[in-house]
Amino acid sequence: MTAAPGSRRTRRFLPSVRREQRARLRPVHLAVALAALLAAMLGALLVGAADLPVPGVLKALAGTVPFVRVDSGLGVVEHNVLFELRLPRVLMAALVGGLLAVAGAGYQGVFRNPLADPYLLGAAAGAGVGATLVIVALPGAPRFAVPVAAFTGAVCGVLMAYGLGQVASRGGLGETGGGTGTLVLAGVAVANFLSAIQTFLQQANSQQLQRIFAWILGGVGTADWGQLRMVAPYALIAVTVLLGHGRLLDVLAVGDEEAVTLGMSAARVRLLVLVAASLATACAVAVSGLISFVGIVVPHLVRRLAGGSYRIVLPLSLLVGGAFLELADLVARTVVAPAELPLGVVTAFVGGPFFVLVLRATRRQVDV
Amino acid sequence: MTVSVRDLDVELGGRRVLRSVSMEVAGGSWTAVIGPNGAGKSTLLRAALGLRAGQGSVEVSGRDVRAMRPRQRARLVAYAPQSPKLPPGMTVFDYALLGRSPYIPHFGRESAHDRSVTADVLERLDLAGLAARTLDQLSGGERQRVVLARALAQQTPVLFLDEPTTALDIGHQQQVMELVDRLRLADGLTVVSTIHDLTLAAQYADRLLLLSDGRVAASGPPADVLTRETVARHFDAHVSVAHDAEGRPLLALERPDRSVEEAAG
Repeated sequence: MTAAPGSRRTRRFLPSVRREQRARLRPVHLAVALAALLAAMLGALLVGAADLPVPGVLKALAGTVPFVRVDSGLGVVEHNVLFELRLPRVLMAALVGGLLAVAGAGYQGVFRNPLADPYLLGAAAGAGVGATLVIVALPGAPRFAVPVAAFTGAVCGVLMAYGLGQVASRGGLGETGGGTGTLVLAGVAVANFLSAIQTFLQQANSQQLQRIFAWILGGVGTADWGQLRMVAPYALIAVTVLLGHGRLLDVLAVGDEEAVTLGMSAARVRLLVLVAASLATACAVAVSGLISFVGIVVPHLVRRLAGGSYRIVLPLSLLVGGAFLELADLVARTVVAPAELPLGVVTAFVGGPFFVLVLRATRRQVDV
Repeated sequence: MTVSVRDLDVELGGRRVLRSVSMEVAGGSWTAVIGPNGAGKSTLLRAALGLRAGQGSVEVSGRDVRAMRPRQRARLVAYAPQSPKLPPGMTVFDYALLGRSPYIPHFGRESAHDRSVTADVLERLDLAGLAARTLDQLSGGERQRVVLARALAQQTPVLFLDEPTTALDIGHQQQVMELVDRLRLADGLTVVSTIHDLTLAAQYADRLLLLSDGRVAASGPPADVLTRETVARHFDAHVSVAHDAEGRPLLALERPDRSVEEAAG
């Protein structure tokens, strides 16, 4: 064995480990992502139909900090536009984008497939059925009924897929690791089944088609503080659990069997991450409808730019996802102002071409 | 630490892959599991680690390995699989650091001690210079050493190696085997490995276990197990067996009688 150059130098510095040997979240990456998110949010706060004065907005925002008294100079209407329309919308766009991106990263880790997305296990189809049911069956229901039903539907969809996957894989050889393929197939089956129900409901109630489509195409235009308060606790739990599993998802990258020989309960980690990612997805679809591609595009962008370790991908996806959807929403509400484009259309428009690039670039690494 | 397997039965997809296999490995010794393709060599290692369901008992210094929680077991037995999954973008250091997983709490992170153990192992295996490389940039021989490094970072008294020399040229085979032997002697490790190459197995192992069709066909010192007759019977191969200075068998392939074949053809 020939001694590698530099081995003597390393010996002298033991046990110190040089930085580039380890894939870890670098403070500079974190700072850039955070700055991007804050800049996108600030930009989104300042741009809109009502022309709010920039210094006034900044002063009003400063005024929300406890013990700071600033006279913003904004009128009552302007103040209300800022705090009752724009701020909730801006926060919601960041939250939904972050949730979808971090959930997508979680699913990709669990399935060891960079093309997995948050809707893989029937969350989207379940939410669709839930929302459609409320729209067609309870036309006079209060506003919060649709998100609640969509949330319930998303959770039920994932539970159905998981249950079906468990039942189906039990008949197998009992080998560890055989379960993820079955689970994905179960997700496909459940998603198709629920989509069929959704289509049937739509056909039978064509007078409500517009409302249903408006929900499906997604958007954060109706965001208010009530919705934010509704999803915040679940979102917080889901994100905390997901961010806590970066190291374990890295271990899982060597496969279930090897992960078990490394002392990890692969099944338990997988279940925890799946539950958390599904909860995050349910929160996002409940308040914003079906926004596609964020869950795939953003984690990939992060992987390309900062590294593939889940300790990097999870936190940065959260921030970059927020920034990405914030910008998409800004485009959605300014390009054809005063009308709005559906947010799902904007993300798919960017996401589609990007997805093809990702497919080409990762063909080598994907194993299905 | 001693490893003892008793009456291990494993069924895969309705086929009995192992039939009451027993094996006793003395602490600090090296046992090589040999046998023809499909004899159940890899299954024996996996079943002993609890990765395959089956009947029978597997004990490491008297403790039932298969009933342990994965974390406890991973502190006792390290395993290097035949075809490990090497995540393409992961660095050599991070990969070896995975071996510290059994010592890190669920939501915890690696300590300075974990990092220094890993750096030490890389140094011992002459991999320190490659620590910052990603796994997809390694040659076959380097990969085998990296997988070995991950197993050694677990700091277990027992090492299970599944075909550690697959796809290596003769020089790299020797390197890896010498390395394992050196580490075994230095740290008093107990090694159980499957090995394809019979002469290689005979050169390094203290004892051989010949598996054939899921049963133990023979076991004991290499010279007792590897005879012309057993190789002919279980591998359907014609070999001549010589012995080196230490009495370890050296196998050479022999062509079947060519004049007979030519007459038949």
